[in-house]
Amino acid sequence: MQGLDFSIVPEYLPLIGKGLWWTVVISVISALFSIVAGMGFALIVLYASPVVRYPVRLFMWLFMGTPLLLQLFLIYFGLVQIGIDIPALWSGIIGLSLHFAVYNADIFRAGIASLDKGQTEAARSLGFGAWQTRLYIVVPQALRNTVPAVGNMMIALLKESSIVSMIGIAELVHSAQLVISETYRPFEFYLTAAALYYVLNLILEAVLRGIERKVELSR
Amino acid sequence: MTDVRPMIEVRGARKFFGPLEVLKGIDFSVARGQIVAVIGPSGSGKSTLLRSINHLETLDGGEVWLDGVQVNQTLARRPFERHINSVRQQMGMVFQHFNLFPHLSVAENITIAPMKLKGMAKADARALALKMLDKVGLADKIDAFPARLSGGQKQRVAIARALAMQPKVMLFDEATSALDPELVDEVNLVMKQLAAEHMTMVIVTHEMRFAAEVADRVIFMADGAVVEEGKPDDLFRNPVQERTRSFLKKFLNG
Repeated sequence: MQGLDFSIVPEYLPLIGKGLWWTVVISVISALFSIVAGMGFALIVLYASPVVRYPVRLFMWLFMGTPLLLQLFLIYFGLVQIGIDIPALWSGIIGLSLHFAVYNADIFRAGIASLDKGQTEAARSLGFGAWQTRLYIVVPQALRNTVPAVGNMMIALLKESSIVSMIGIAELVHSAQLVISETYRPFEFYLTAAALYYVLNLILEAVLRGIERKVELSR
Repeated sequence: MTDVRPMIEVRGARKFFGPLEVLKGIDFSVARGQIVAVIGPSGSGKSTLLRSINHLETLDGGEVWLDGVQVNQTLARRPFERHINSVRQQMGMVFQHFNLFPHLSVAENITIAPMKLKGMAKADARALALKMLDKVGLADKIDAFPARLSGGQKQRVAIARALAMQPKVMLFDEATSALDPELVDEVNLVMKQLAAEHMTMVIVTHEMRFAAEVADRVIFMADGAVVEEGKPDDLFRNPVQERTRSFLKKFLNG
């Protein structure tokens, strides 16, 4: 039996740090994409003509009903077969973004539906067109009202981003595995990775609380 | 007077909600600078009538005209959207539940339409907002958020927001019905002030006393039709129709 020995960790911190960096980069980009695309999907589902709406709903339904890992494999390994070669990093970002965009879309759709009809009427009565009303009045309020729910999704996204290690992206879990294959110290390095995820989530939660407080002031 | 064309003209307005006929062919007109109060029991169609003036309700029959332009003309979807947006910019509407934009400050609530729809510069729009707020006695609230205002203050901001578009007419849809009694006067005062400035106004209201005080003409509606209309003195003191009499009696005793 081998005891726990964390003294070996500092030596490998630069490598782990690189993984941490990529986890942050992938998560932040995917989070932003998932919010923008999610709002786009929500607006399409609510307002677009059936020709656009139904394909998007079908796509959302397919993405909600299948695992993220499978989606990543399809984007990275599958699409190559039909001549679409997307680098691993972008495959990971696209997969994460779309996967969470679908969930965000559902949250935004409910957020928009719960807005008071009087908001739209007030905007229209001032002379705003339908899309101007959505842009200036509906979307900003829906974004504000859904901060807690979307925030939870983003915490999930940060953790789920570890799955992109399966298509060879050297993020936090992947770099921990690299180090473990060299040192045969799985416990120490998995725990290190876990601690780092925890720290990242603490920071993310603090940011979300800050946003919530700011939003609360204007309600 | 050279311009005798009415500011608002409604001809044969009909509207159905499902099988229910809520407007049964209404005709009325409002002259430039005139103030018309519309009274009547709940469900009489008075709010629907007001909302159909700026096309928040689509009429099933009849015509609405604003200053010589037909509001509900038959156009393809996109041209109609352009038409109705420009017509609505000329009509201010004040709602029972204020409908201020909660995510925007008082200043932004007032400036967003002049800036986005008329391309007004930010500094000019803010100066305009200050002027309008001054008019409704709330200049000190310019940077507050709606959540921090009382109901009466919210409604006064809503009036300022509508006025900032320099509308030709103002439509009030039970503007004081959602207010605590002690907050009604501050809103009525602003409306009286607008009346003194000869703003053309259509006021749907439950307040008979206010209607009597401010209106040039009162229209009594019941069951989707105009039962009686006239000068406030005549209509309130000597109503001709039995329906009007019983409504007013109930109101004055209740």
